[in-house]
Amino acid sequence: MLFTDLLKETVASLTANKVRSSLTILGIVIGIGSVIGMISVGRGAQQDIESNFQALGSNLLMVMPGAQRAVGTQVRSGFGSASTLVLADAEAIAGAVPNIKNVAPDVSTRKQVTVKGNNTNTSIYGVGPEYQAVQSLALTEGSFISSQQVKSRSKVAILGPETKTTLFPELPAAVGQKVRIDKIEFTVIGVTVAKGGSGFGSSDDLIYVPLSTAQQYLTGSDAVSTINVEVQSAELMSMVQQQINDLLMVRHNIKDVSAVDFTILNQADILSAVSSAAGIFTLLLGAIAGISLLVGGIGIMNMMLTTVTERTREIGLRKSLGAKNKDISRQFLTEAVMLTFLGGLFGLLLGWLIASLINKFGGMTTAVTLSSVVLAFGVSGAIGIIFGYYPAQRAARLNPIEALRYE
Amino acid sequence: MITCRHLIKIYKTGEADLKVLKDVSFSLGRGEFVAIMGPSGSGKSTLMHILGALDRPTEGQYEFNGQDMFKLSDNQLAEIRSQKIGFVFQSFNLLSRTSVLRNVMLPLIYNPLVPKAERQLKAQAALTAAGLSADRWQHLSNQLSGGQMQRVAIARALVNSPDLILADEPTGNLDSQTGEIVLNTFQRLNRRQGHTIVLITHERYVAEHADRIIKIQDGQIISDEKNFNRRIV
Repeated sequence: MLFTDLLKETVASLTANKVRSSLTILGIVIGIGSVIGMISVGRGAQQDIESNFQALGSNLLMVMPGAQRAVGTQVRSGFGSASTLVLADAEAIAGAVPNIKNVAPDVSTRKQVTVKGNNTNTSIYGVGPEYQAVQSLALTEGSFISSQQVKSRSKVAILGPETKTTLFPELPAAVGQKVRIDKIEFTVIGVTVAKGGSGFGSSDDLIYVPLSTAQQYLTGSDAVSTINVEVQSAELMSMVQQQINDLLMVRHNIKDVSAVDFTILNQADILSAVSSAAGIFTLLLGAIAGISLLVGGIGIMNMMLTTVTERTREIGLRKSLGAKNKDISRQFLTEAVMLTFLGGLFGLLLGWLIASLINKFGGMTTAVTLSSVVLAFGVSGAIGIIFGYYPAQRAARLNPIEALRYE
Repeated sequence: MITCRHLIKIYKTGEADLKVLKDVSFSLGRGEFVAIMGPSGSGKSTLMHILGALDRPTEGQYEFNGQDMFKLSDNQLAEIRSQKIGFVFQSFNLLSRTSVLRNVMLPLIYNPLVPKAERQLKAQAALTAAGLSADRWQHLSNQLSGGQMQRVAIARALVNSPDLILADEPTGNLDSQTGEIVLNTFQRLNRRQGHTIVLITHERYVAEHADRIIKIQDGQIISDEKNFNRRIV
């Protein structure tokens, strides 16, 4: 039996029962569509996170107070909330460790921010001038915090773009305006450029103030929340990480490695931890959608079994005309695969549509990747074979004499 | 061409085995037109299934063109059916909602010996031989009358130029007038084109259109005679 004959027979029998064929295909369309749509949401989240981290700068080490544990493996109580790191630690790192481009300590807190008529609760970061380079921040207006302002504990503030919009929705520019952070008046001297991304890791809804100002007026202690260390190149990361570790252990009088009171996070570690979390999220969404695909597959099997029963006489006839068992099984298998393949094709379109709708109206980044397209066709083809195999075997094994007599 | 020796067919049905064929022997030459006649339950259909390579005898020998059919695999039997045997059924068994031409071409897709380009010509030749006028060839099979359907089925049986045509009660679903036309078609194919035809029937009247009548009862041949008073339509 030629392949073209097989296709012709398949098309003829699928079009003989258009309604049933389309309903069965619809099951697969919904299955594949939801798998692709859901995976695109997961993949979008992953890409979001990755691009956010890339925007932070890639050769970054973050030294944080708190016990050292492997990233993402255990719950750390009090992580980041201890106040074991001080400004002097940052100065010591900058002075003693080579191959460092910038050291930018920051202190972060959350405060109520008010202006006339508007107020918000947002993150306040106390930073120095080096912070701009380390976090690759750009400004739409004004200028960043200078070392002079840090030295003199100036009450000046740089707004994130979202914070600016929240506090001054009508004003085109915010420089020169006054804001009250925890009831203390600050003068706005700049607004940062939006870095994009939403929710997790957003760097658009916050306020930067000079580090010394934050320590004196807002946190009231000498402690810092993070010491951001920009290393000269990616290859030197682990070496610098080790040197900082050694230096801080000496400075904090710690002999035992398990008793350290700080954590050095590597950008790459954080990225891999977060994106593996996002990967699990993707998998979970895909698995839930996969259930509907399974249901669609059962629909295929159901239809094929019905078809085999209905066409018993035809199968007997074909056998009496010289069709071999494999000709019969191939014909029914091709029908099943054709159904799922069409389902996969339309499902791909549906999934892509779902993804763009979620992107447009749900405000989430979605990404339909080549791998999910391949997955759609691979899975739908496999479903056709798996769920078509049994009905096809049943058809092929029919006894031609009994099949011809079948009423 | 065909030699059957001591064919026995036993169906295992629960407790009691059913012996449908009890020691059937006969031979058949090329170009013969034979009617196998017997009442229902006589085993004539079982005999036809064995002759048509759809079934195997429980015991005995069946030689087709000198080949022992008992020894062939399922696939080889399918090849024999495809290339050497043409079936005509009582209930026509055409694919519905399918054109006459496609119905007749159906056996050719299972016969690798016929090139694709020749299919249409072969089908048209078979339809002409079966006596169906060309204006019906594009019709759907379910738009035809019973007599026309059976002629399409005969054309389908002819299309592979088989050595043997097996017709199982071909007039059973037709009125006597169209039945006559179909029987006439068989006679013509036998006389003019030398086709070997085995006609299975329970009606004496139908059997009398053949040149030789084998009567079968309770799984045994009770008579095997030449029919000199062949009915001419």
